[in-house]
Amino acid sequence: MTETFYEVMRRQGITRRSFLKYCSLTAAALGLGPAFVPKIAHAMENKPRIPVIWLHGLECTCCTESFIRSAHPLAKDVILSMISLDYDDTIMAAAGEQAEAIIDETIAKYDGNFILACEGNPPLNQDGMSCIIAGKPYLEQLKHAAAHCKAIISWGSCASYGCVQAAKPNPTRAVPIHKVIHDKPIIKVPGCPPIAEVMTSVITYMLTFDQIPELDRQGRPKMFYSQRIHDKCYRRPHFDAGQFVESWDDEGARKGYCLYKVGCKGPTTYNACSTTRWNEGTSFPIQAGHGCIGCSEDGFWDKGSWYARLTDIKQFGVESTADVIGGTLAATVGAATAVHLGVSVVKRAQQKGDQE
Amino acid sequence: MTTMATKPHAEPAVYVYEAPLRLWHWVNALSIVVLIVTGYLIANPLPSVPGEASDNFLMGYIRFAHFAAGYVLAIAFLFRIYWAVMGNHHARQLFAPSLFNRDFWDGVWHEIKWYAFAVKEPRKYTGHNPLAVVVMHFLFLWLLVFMIVTGFALYGEGTGMGTWQYEWFSAWVIPLMGQSQDVHTWHHLIMWAMVCFIIIHVYVAIREDIMSRQSLISTMISGWRMFKDDRRVDDGH
Repeated sequence: MTETFYEVMRRQGITRRSFLKYCSLTAAALGLGPAFVPKIAHAMENKPRIPVIWLHGLECTCCTESFIRSAHPLAKDVILSMISLDYDDTIMAAAGEQAEAIIDETIAKYDGNFILACEGNPPLNQDGMSCIIAGKPYLEQLKHAAAHCKAIISWGSCASYGCVQAAKPNPTRAVPIHKVIHDKPIIKVPGCPPIAEVMTSVITYMLTFDQIPELDRQGRPKMFYSQRIHDKCYRRPHFDAGQFVESWDDEGARKGYCLYKVGCKGPTTYNACSTTRWNEGTSFPIQAGHGCIGCSEDGFWDKGSWYARLTDIKQFGVESTADVIGGTLAATVGAATAVHLGVSVVKRAQQKGDQE
Repeated sequence: MTTMATKPHAEPAVYVYEAPLRLWHWVNALSIVVLIVTGYLIANPLPSVPGEASDNFLMGYIRFAHFAAGYVLAIAFLFRIYWAVMGNHHARQLFAPSLFNRDFWDGVWHEIKWYAFAVKEPRKYTGHNPLAVVVMHFLFLWLLVFMIVTGFALYGEGTGMGTWQYEWFSAWVIPLMGQSQDVHTWHHLIMWAMVCFIIIHVYVAIREDIMSRQSLISTMISGWRMFKDDRRVDDGH
């Protein structure tokens, strides 16, 4: 029998008091009332740990780096013990054939009951040769594990949307997980990387309630992705007032005005950065004076510039925006109208002349 | 004036546009102007205002004007659909062009020739001329629908999940177009298409009022179509 979370925590030297604190913090993070604290504690005390296989495709490991920095729930070693993280090639001790054997072992032992966490995505071009794991294309490993899992968590923007390797022109044809796995529930936790507390809370929720969290139409947990950065941004009053950073290092930048005009993507980005923040709630990009780049949104690499409000439109071969295209079109129509007016006046004068 | 205009008008004036339709036209026009100006200022805000944030609400007022005008536009449009059913047959022309009628396309072609100065005079219509119907149906009506749908999708992002604006519009429009930023970009591009429509619409209305064989601008004010000659009308009304 696998150990319960509580047993693991106690073994790690966590007091019961700290454990209950953790339960209430988690309840708050999930947006649940105090009544749910005993429920979470009960689940932690009685349920076996969820076995997790954590696969890495084309990615940069920033999701793992973020994950191990989670501050609430507790410290990294506890959270790593909380789930039974059987396979994660970035942080596990095993290597080589020994490591790969763990996947088959987990599948045999927990068939249909483990969670498959995917970091990164599979490339499809060149028969998947751009991402080889244990001598085989990553796609094979992914499909094999996915066939036996209970649910998939798509960590980060790579697994959720494609991210940088899928940005135009996407030479390896990297595709998000949901494009190759169709028969399993997929929870998208986008971000580059996602917020650590968001990652751990999603897992805690699944453990506590034995179900996947409520998702929006794009498959993201509503509890963390239902509002835009802009909606809870502490600089929002400057936006409403009409006070903007016009250029870097200007008076507005020093006063902490809204970064809308210098390309902040907060108004179009769904994430919890402005409430949860990063690194134990220390800060987040806007607080550091740089606009949000929209890293948790679909195709954010192709939705630049990150330093202008209007998106670059590249279909016309040159750098362009809606205003450049629209303005040119309107000017052309205006000019054509003026020419037509001129011809009309001449024609009418001629007609009048003919009639007289 | 020409001898043509001083001739007695054997063709009687026709009451074409009923009062609700005319009211819609002008309310619609006004709200579109407000929407274009405020919408442009939302994408390209005015220079920063001095003072404390708590003493100012400039961007807030601009956005309020945009949203209020958007509601007026949308409600007026719903009323316009109702009136297409309840009003006279001219009220339906915008919604249901006779696209499968050969004569209609013959009329469109003749009107194009009239604008290319290839024919001496245009045909005579009680309702819209066929080219006007095509342009208004495809380059106004559908753009208007697009702007209302994407507009409410963007508005729903602010009202949030669980509100009808979000559930009816944002929830499906945003994933359909990619992400929120894409919806903004399209909403902005089509705004410029609207600007183009307005330029053409205003120019053509004035030009037709002077050069065609029927009244245009006064008709959208009084509702009565007047004719400048007593020959047969071409749209069979």
